Amino acid sequence: MFFRVAWLVMRKDLTVEVRSREILYTTAFFAVACVLVFSFALVKEGRPLEDAAAGILWIAVAFAGTLALGRTFERERHSETLRALMLAPSPRAAVYVGKLLGIVLLLLVVEAALVPLIGLLFNVPILARPLLLAGLLAAGTVGFAAVGTLFAAMLVRARSRDVLLPVLLYPITIPVVIGGVRGTAALFELPPSSEMAGMWMALLLFFDVVFVTLSLWTFEPLMTE
Amino acid sequence: MKVDFEDVAVRELSRHYGRRRALSRVSLTCRAGEVLGLLGPNGAGKSTLLAILATLLAPSAGDVRYGDLDLRDAGPALRARIGFLSHDLHLYPELTARENLRFFGQLYGLDRVEARVREALEHAGLSQRGDDPVSGFSRGMRQRLALERALLHEPRLLLLDEPFTGLDDASVGALVTRLRALRAAGRIIVVVTHDLDVAEALLDRLAVLKDGRLVALENASGRIREHYRAFVVSRTS
Amino acid sequence: MNRSYPFLVLAAVGLFATAPVLIDLAPYESTMGLVQKIFYYHVPSAMVMFLSALVCGVASALYLFRKNTAADRWASSAAELTVVFGLIVLVTGPLWARKAWGVWWQWDARLTSTLLMWMIFAAYLLVRRFGGPGAEKLAAAMAVFGMANVPFVYVSVNIWRTIHPTTRVVPTLAPGMRGVFWFAVLAFMVLLALLLPLRARLGARREELEELYLMGDEGE
Repeated sequence: MFFRVAWLVMRKDLTVEVRSREILYTTAFFAVACVLVFSFALVKEGRPLEDAAAGILWIAVAFAGTLALGRTFERERHSETLRALMLAPSPRAAVYVGKLLGIVLLLLVVEAALVPLIGLLFNVPILARPLLLAGLLAAGTVGFAAVGTLFAAMLVRARSRDVLLPVLLYPITIPVVIGGVRGTAALFELPPSSEMAGMWMALLLFFDVVFVTLSLWTFEPLMTE
Repeated sequence: MKVDFEDVAVRELSRHYGRRRALSRVSLTCRAGEVLGLLGPNGAGKSTLLAILATLLAPSAGDVRYGDLDLRDAGPALRARIGFLSHDLHLYPELTARENLRFFGQLYGLDRVEARVREALEHAGLSQRGDDPVSGFSRGMRQRLALERALLHEPRLLLLDEPFTGLDDASVGALVTRLRALRAAGRIIVVVTHDLDVAEALLDRLAVLKDGRLVALENASGRIREHYRAFVVSRTS
Repeated sequence: MNRSYPFLVLAAVGLFATAPVLIDLAPYESTMGLVQKIFYYHVPSAMVMFLSALVCGVASALYLFRKNTAADRWASSAAELTVVFGLIVLVTGPLWARKAWGVWWQWDARLTSTLLMWMIFAAYLLVRRFGGPGAEKLAAAMAVFGMANVPFVYVSVNIWRTIHPTTRVVPTLAPGMRGVFWFAVLAFMVLLALLLPLRARLGARREELEELYLMGDEGE
């Protein structure tokens, strides 16, 4: 029952997204725009500062992720369909998992476009340890989206939700940004340091476990008005 | 676990938002095979009452009992017996009518979903438009579809917020007939409406709310319009 | 809030009146000189800040899972005090750091996690203020998540070299300084014990007032 509902909600979100592609296109373009803006700040005399590539990658992910979260829940607000989901006779946490999976998949698609772009612009070896890099991105994205989905869902009813989402989300997800940036920077070095990346990966996975558990635990009491 | 009930009892129900009082000590009972109308001017607390009955909103004080079950112990099993047509319609505009119905059918874990969806589309008069996205529908078409969505899981308690908005005369007639059939089938129906003509044709009892308070609760006679004036309009002036 | 309260007020006033004298009398630290005396405000404020944050986190969890509205009042009071004491920490810290390390700010584990903690509780207050109806729950979630977040921040920042004096500083203090230090800690703790219930009581009074307004409406 739980996973069937989560699957249904995720499939519904993806169906809507495949049909309009609005969030995917706008989020991906926004991520690219972030990369450019930060490149102007962090490239000096034609050479990027140390670890700039990793930093810019994760800034783009965090900013684009906030945008995607806001838009996804704006859709559920439009006809108050989030309330309809809350009315369904299923554990409410299943709805959370479904929304989370949808956002994670969307962000992974955006990252799949972002990483080659970073590799191209900053001449970093993105294919040196492809599996570790993918793992870092996935673990970081899950952690970021786990907190983000919960807060965005709660903010659906709040005033000034557009600005409150990053205000709440960024302080909490700082460990994800640190772990992601440091781990990715270790992989972009020559030669890449799998050991460092593995350590940060462990931190990210631990963060994921703690915050997904906390979110599942608090979603039900939080969503009752 | 399967839950069922023959009546819904509201006792001393209050809900306030900070200093604003949306509902104040409302008590009423609705029984199976009865259509209860909620009337009153805007901001009288009708939608708040419906949202509490739908378990979406927690009351500030007082309680609601569904048969033997208390609102506070309510869980998925109770939600499975409630159908709620909100003013916001609860439809995904990007999905087709059929996909909307199918999604909610599956979400409620229903059997023979496709057959139910087909019947629902027929009831809504949308068999021909089933595969068009809802965003292209008129308000009336959406309204009919949303009603069928709320009825898909054959709820015991049916909560309708302004179900007649945007409907043409023929559709209003069809909806009244439909609700009468549901009443005969033993559903508990609560309707919020402003349409006094329809109210006279459909309601068994009416509750008039004003400023969050229940100002009248009585059996509907043929003179709802006069009563409504007496309770609401004269007291405003 | 009872008869011991006036006594607490007197104690706090007394402690804060005596502290500057004692701090003045305490021996000068050889390398840092006068600046070292910030320590008597900085460290106790930090202790009180973390204690108050802990109160906020625990009370928020109680509110979220037990729907205990009194817990919510304590949580919001504790969050306000966390932000106030945090501000003292964040202002006095750089004053000392400029002299000790030659820079106003260092990205080490303690400083960064304190700053982040302060931001989390500032965000808590922002949500309560601007979130509209139902924002209390959202804020409570923020506090609970913030508590869970602190170890992660600490570990992740700690992997960069930490240069903040560790807690081992306190036992190594010269005897003349140690007594004054604990006196200052006591003063700040009493201040917290004074302000927290007072603020929670103010919240309770406000709610009573709201209820009176509602009842007044009923009877009209």
